Amino acid sequence: MTNGYLILSVLALAALAFALARRRAVASVAGDTRKLHSLPRHHGQTAFLLAAVPGLVLMGAWLLLQPVVIDARVGGMIDAADIPAGSTPGLVMADVRRIGEGLDRLVAAGAVGEEALAALCADAGGLRARLAEAGVALGGDIGPSAVDAALARRDMARGGHRAMTGAVLALALAGLGYGLSRVRPGFRARNVSETLVLGLLIGSSLIAILTTAGIVASLLFETLHFFRLYPAADFFFSTVWNPQFRGGSDLGIWPLLWGTLYVSLIALLVAVPVGLMSAIYLSEYASARARAWIKPAIELLAGIPTIVYGLFALITVGPLLRDWLARPLGIGSSSSSVMTAGLVMGIMVIPFVSSLSDDIMNAVPQALRDGSLGLGATRSETVRKVVLPAALPGIVGAVLLAASRAIGETMIVVMGAGAAAKLSLNPFEAMTTVTVKIVSQLTGDTEFASPETLVAFALGLTLFVMTLALNVLALVIVRKYREQYE
Amino acid sequence: MTDAAAVPAPRTRGASLLAPDERVKRRNAAEARFRASGLVAIVTALLALVWLLASILSAGLPAFRQTFVTFPVTLDAAVLDRKGSRDPADLAKVTTVGYAKVLGAGFAAAVEAAGVGTDGLTPKEIAGLLSEQAPARLRDMVLADPGLIGQTVAFTALASGRIDGYLKGRVTMESARLDSNVSPGQLALAEALKAKGMLGLAFNPGFLTMPDASDKRPEAAGLGVAVLGSLYMMIVVLALSLPIGVAASVYLEEFAPRNRFTDIIEVNIANLAAVPSIVYGILGLAVFINFAGLPQSAPIVGGLVLTLMTLPRIIIPTRAALKAVPPSIRDAALGVGASKLQTVFHHVVPLALPGILTGMIIGLAQALGETAPLLLIGMVAFVRDMPGGLPAGLFDPAAALPVQVYNWTQRGDPGFVERASGAIVVLLVFLLVMNALAIFLRRRFERRW
Repeated sequence: MTNGYLILSVLALAALAFALARRRAVASVAGDTRKLHSLPRHHGQTAFLLAAVPGLVLMGAWLLLQPVVIDARVGGMIDAADIPAGSTPGLVMADVRRIGEGLDRLVAAGAVGEEALAALCADAGGLRARLAEAGVALGGDIGPSAVDAALARRDMARGGHRAMTGAVLALALAGLGYGLSRVRPGFRARNVSETLVLGLLIGSSLIAILTTAGIVASLLFETLHFFRLYPAADFFFSTVWNPQFRGGSDLGIWPLLWGTLYVSLIALLVAVPVGLMSAIYLSEYASARARAWIKPAIELLAGIPTIVYGLFALITVGPLLRDWLARPLGIGSSSSSVMTAGLVMGIMVIPFVSSLSDDIMNAVPQALRDGSLGLGATRSETVRKVVLPAALPGIVGAVLLAASRAIGETMIVVMGAGAAAKLSLNPFEAMTTVTVKIVSQLTGDTEFASPETLVAFALGLTLFVMTLALNVLALVIVRKYREQYE
Repeated sequence: MTDAAAVPAPRTRGASLLAPDERVKRRNAAEARFRASGLVAIVTALLALVWLLASILSAGLPAFRQTFVTFPVTLDAAVLDRKGSRDPADLAKVTTVGYAKVLGAGFAAAVEAAGVGTDGLTPKEIAGLLSEQAPARLRDMVLADPGLIGQTVAFTALASGRIDGYLKGRVTMESARLDSNVSPGQLALAEALKAKGMLGLAFNPGFLTMPDASDKRPEAAGLGVAVLGSLYMMIVVLALSLPIGVAASVYLEEFAPRNRFTDIIEVNIANLAAVPSIVYGILGLAVFINFAGLPQSAPIVGGLVLTLMTLPRIIIPTRAALKAVPPSIRDAALGVGASKLQTVFHHVVPLALPGILTGMIIGLAQALGETAPLLLIGMVAFVRDMPGGLPAGLFDPAAALPVQVYNWTQRGDPGFVERASGAIVVLLVFLLVMNALAIFLRRRFERRW
């Protein structure tokens, strides 16, 4: 039974539970539902939840854990002698997985019967040819223990799936039986079903915590793995980034951090003046009608996907800067540069500065403005001497949020900043950033054994910590400010 | 009492109240400058927006039109069906090479019949005007209807990418001289055929429906797989994040006691909304692909990653919508004997629904345009086959709209830049429709108490 049908049958059982419990509740009082504590519907709901939820939760957990358990058990079956020189247990396990996949395809295509599989696997050369037929190419030499492991893995997966189907259906049936057995006139079905639903609601809100835990755990785990293979001191203090896929790479974070900060700095140099002055104009000068049109138009900039900005940098801004500025001045010849990425990213973060600053300046009490204007100050003097100082913490918060956005931005720098890791002051040179290198180290190859791949997790952790710190700081500053006028 | 004499007489700055003095003028000038700089900032931001959209639109709109060549082809039975059996199994043995011969002969004959000079062009160069995709299309057409063999049919073929570029102004005679893929003679022939009406630009529906094509034939590349992949991912995101997002918001807004535990959840959600999207890609790679063993480039993984990313961005507006429902509604429901849960699900949530849906659609629109996390879970792979039907198709490899754009920008042929911009136009149209729907919902159903 496939997983889809299993889910459907659990739901069908639950629906059956609803109907039966409802009818049983009505029957238990001979049709006079006034004698029930809860409406018949509530009895039905309770039985529905008892039948559906435990089974589906078990199924989800089983699907998540089964591959891990099986791989751990199969991994022990591979002889050390069958791991070719220069290969790793991880690569052999990938072959084992691929063999299993190929066998599945052969069986699905009807080329080989279930019972003939063992015979086929005894002959390594024949197996390779048959797998190639099925469109599965194997990497290095396969030892006999790897083939045995593949067969065992397949058996375990099938056995596991059968066991899961049985367990889930049994649990659903048990829930159904238990739900029905509880139906009697005095049963407080409404309270019970509402407690169950509340449990589901709490569970949903815990997903946020689980996501954070997942992010932190996956980043930390692989980063520690990385630091076992590559010295942490070199990562944090080296100024050379030069990954070699044959080993012996230099993986210093400084060139990447420098590129990230340089691009973000240029972005902020564009976005802060433009965003702040727009916010001032919108909140202090613009008429309500103009504001109603201009504010959403500027916010449109934040709603445009970053890939659009990336393409804009690649086909318009980059060539423009190269042909009209960098080449005539003789300071660069590449269309992807820190300046290209910084300018385009600056346009992208304008609304992050302007929108938040605008809200914050609107929150400054009118009485402060009236006082200043009443003393004879002009509007601009009022803005500079009264409104801005009052709104300053909030504006700083907005700028910090924009900075965090710029540091974590990926597509614009992937398409606009270039790929060469350099420590240079010239903004018309191509440089690279942390996010660009995460993408380039993780796309394509995903065997997590070499420091060149694992370094992406250390970079990700660095990025996560940096943006988190900026966000928390911004949040603290904004909150502190808000309390002043409440 | 002589102090009074020591106090200087108050300085009068100007002779008249009506004529401003130097300092007032200076202050007023500063005021005007300040105001003008605000205006300049706004105009700068709006011009940037216009520039961005104009540059993408002007680069992308030509992708919807493509150069087609129409000419009669005689489907020679001697080449296409040597045994004369019309048996589909035999027909399938003839590869596109055979069809290319038939097509080349037909085109050469048509060029000659049109009376266009082909001086100095070899037959191969003449056939080079057609896309490498054309024989494959002819083959599909014949395999679908073997009765066509032996007849002469009018066939509409895609022109090659360079010829298409010439008609759109991307390729010129000068650039063709330096280009090994096209010669000025071929461009002249194209020009002559255009004058005869055999060759011309037309709307190309294949751009929206065909799958991706290899590096050598940008003219045949389409968005079919990417649109379908994005659609599948959006279905996953909608199916998971709507119930989970509403449930989490209802709990936090209506039931959660104010204590440290709920505080942690709230701070958590606020921070998750600001985590860079690429970090979600790393999470998806580590958890869904390496730990749970789900396939790479599958819409299900993309959908799960985007769900995790979208959830906090949905929870925040949903909570605001729930908060906007006035307490009197809850009091009334509780007063007539509803339980807390009934109050929320029978009254508060339906009243907050327009706000919830608006937030949901905007969250979906953000998820649709997201690229970076999808790069990490392998959606950049070259996928030519359409994913299967739901639900099994969720596990097939697929592309996604924004990733397809990135993919095309990494190719060598300049024709792909036009394709990428065209794909962006499609993406922007989807986003525009979704946002318009959100605005409509808000305007039409939002209630102010």
